[in-house]
Amino acid sequence: MGGVFRRPVGAVRAVDGVSLAIRRGQWLGLVGESGCGKTTLAKTVVRLWKPTSGHIYFDIPDEIREEIEVLESQAKNNSKLASLLKQNDLTFFSGSRLHSFRRRAQLVHQDPFTSLNPRMKIKNIVGEPLRIHEVLSGPAVKTAVEDLVGTVGLSSGQLERYPHQFSGGQRQRIAIARALATKPEFIAFDEPTSALDVSVQAQILNLLKDLKKEFGLTYLYITHELLIAESVCDYIAVMYVGRVVEMGRPEEIFHAPRHPYSQCLIAATPVPDPKRRVGRIVLPGEVPSPANPPPGCTFHPRCSRATKECSELEPELKPISGDHYVACFHPL
Amino acid sequence: MEDLIKIRDLTVRFYTYEGVVHAINDLDLDIRRGETLGIVGETGSGKTMTALAILRLIPYPGRIESGSVSFFDKSTRAEVELLKLREDRMRSIRGNKISMVFQEPGAALNPVYTIGDQISEVFLLHRRQELGRQAKQRVDSLLSNGSGPAATLKRPFWRWQSRIYRKIAEGPNPLEPRILSHIPVFRRLLWRLRDEARLLTVNMLKDVEIPDPGRVAAQYPHNLSGGMKQRAVIAMALACSPELLIADEPTTSLDVTIQAQMLELFRRIKVDKGASVLFITHNLGVASEVCDRVAVMYAGRLCEVATVEEMFLHPMHPYTKALLEAVPMPGRPLQTIPGALADALNPPSGCRFHPRCPSAMPICQQERAKLKEVSKDHMVACHLF
Repeated sequence: MGGVFRRPVGAVRAVDGVSLAIRRGQWLGLVGESGCGKTTLAKTVVRLWKPTSGHIYFDIPDEIREEIEVLESQAKNNSKLASLLKQNDLTFFSGSRLHSFRRRAQLVHQDPFTSLNPRMKIKNIVGEPLRIHEVLSGPAVKTAVEDLVGTVGLSSGQLERYPHQFSGGQRQRIAIARALATKPEFIAFDEPTSALDVSVQAQILNLLKDLKKEFGLTYLYITHELLIAESVCDYIAVMYVGRVVEMGRPEEIFHAPRHPYSQCLIAATPVPDPKRRVGRIVLPGEVPSPANPPPGCTFHPRCSRATKECSELEPELKPISGDHYVACFHPL
Repeated sequence: MEDLIKIRDLTVRFYTYEGVVHAINDLDLDIRRGETLGIVGETGSGKTMTALAILRLIPYPGRIESGSVSFFDKSTRAEVELLKLREDRMRSIRGNKISMVFQEPGAALNPVYTIGDQISEVFLLHRRQELGRQAKQRVDSLLSNGSGPAATLKRPFWRWQSRIYRKIAEGPNPLEPRILSHIPVFRRLLWRLRDEARLLTVNMLKDVEIPDPGRVAAQYPHNLSGGMKQRAVIAMALACSPELLIADEPTTSLDVTIQAQMLELFRRIKVDKGASVLFITHNLGVASEVCDRVAVMYAGRLCEVATVEEMFLHPMHPYTKALLEAVPMPGRPLQTIPGALADALNPPSGCRFHPRCPSAMPICQQERAKLKEVSKDHMVACHLF
């Protein structure tokens, strides 16, 4: 917003033309620097925000998705497409359909110090989703909450306490218990360990691993720490200024990155090993503002391999080998 | 290498309503000239308090209970006991001989002054005589070169200015300029000092690789990105070529690529300026990148002090080992440290780490382990050694 009359003077494309799929049981890591649209993407996926355009499908058979694509490509304003979208595309969900979707997909926020209501007891915080979604009622809620708190490694004696009586790691456990309450199939984590110490971070990551195995969950895990992504995720997407620049399995991304940005990001990550000090690439400049991104490939002003083509055309995300995708004209 | 700072038996306690918090206990640490010493530890281990104690900036209700911090001043070749210094002498050391870079660059800068004004302040406070000397030279050159009717009219004023700036350049705190600088309208007459400071500021900004330093000096903190702000703060800290630069988590709030730029800058500072750096961080990766020696702290006490290679390749203290294993590394199962951080209000007896230690012995509960030199440049505080 700006100007005298407070009318919007521009739009920020926080996330721009991102297409990715998360398979059932996958632990997808989304890495990137601040302001690249990781959080926006996660919040849009669980429909806390409505995307300006595009589709989000959650647990939809491929045939229906293909049918929608066919109907869309015909570019006709037909009622069949409208009804299909209304039933299957998350972007068009509202009311009770959205409500029941939210029971199946949950979000864990970044900062456990602000995501828990300071005036609610732990039993109410963890029990609230159960009540909202009318999963359980009465005394059954209490036993369910005790179970949940037990799963994340807290004792049921702590249920009567308030959030401020817990440490950061414990609070994050409470937030995870709350997300687990409705037995979701999918959980999005928005940097759940960035506010925590190294030893506590390891505890939380191990907890997530165990929970995933126990409940067969699917994770979208956002982080800016590449070491975490590399050691826990099954599949990684690297974002830069609202776009996914590279996707692949961790061993591909980390040992044979194809996009220059991924390469620089990996080289810039400090590793606790004094022998690996040499060979770093210091990337010049800063991340451009998503309100005014450079034309063409958004990375070209900082890229050492950039040519004229890069500043004019936007590279598409293309498969380079198997399920390794790169959006670059001159991949490494 | 000679020592720059010697900390002996430093104890800092906080007298809160809940009880006495033992922030730092009997800390012995040396910072050598020209080295980068890293202090690594988790939240509440006393890293930041150690830095603040060196500068005597422990906030209320904290108190430095005992110990000594001696500082070897290269210019006067004297040993100064910082904890016993008078407050006005301490002020002449802070920001001048020892300066600090804080974690959050946005919070360290004043939002209502331009970057240039804020850095100039350091020069105006600590380098007043030098600025006076340069201002006098400038006025003198005007006096000898000026010609024409305007110069004839201004000449008496220039002569007066030259006299004032000579006084500033000579005396530590001369009376006449001091009176002038306390009267709002007359303070303006000393504008040449600020002009000289601005020139030095722009040079300083250029030194920390800020593009277009002249423009940035005229901007306010909110105009700059996080990385640029941190560079400006570092420029401020380096303004008086300090002998010790304390950096308290300087890269924690920055992105990975910007962090890499900062680490490069710190490495260059050490080489170019020959300053010692006390680098406080919780990120073990960052510590291994920039430090020459690393000290690991746990619950207000030192566990281990060693060179980077020794620390990361042959850690000895069980806490250091556990901490290194808790860092996520691909191809290795994630290890956790059982239990929670020691409660600072009633810390465990003996060695503070014994309730979480896999190799704890009966003696660990009763007696605290003293810091012992196990091999060259490798000190450990553990009963195992």
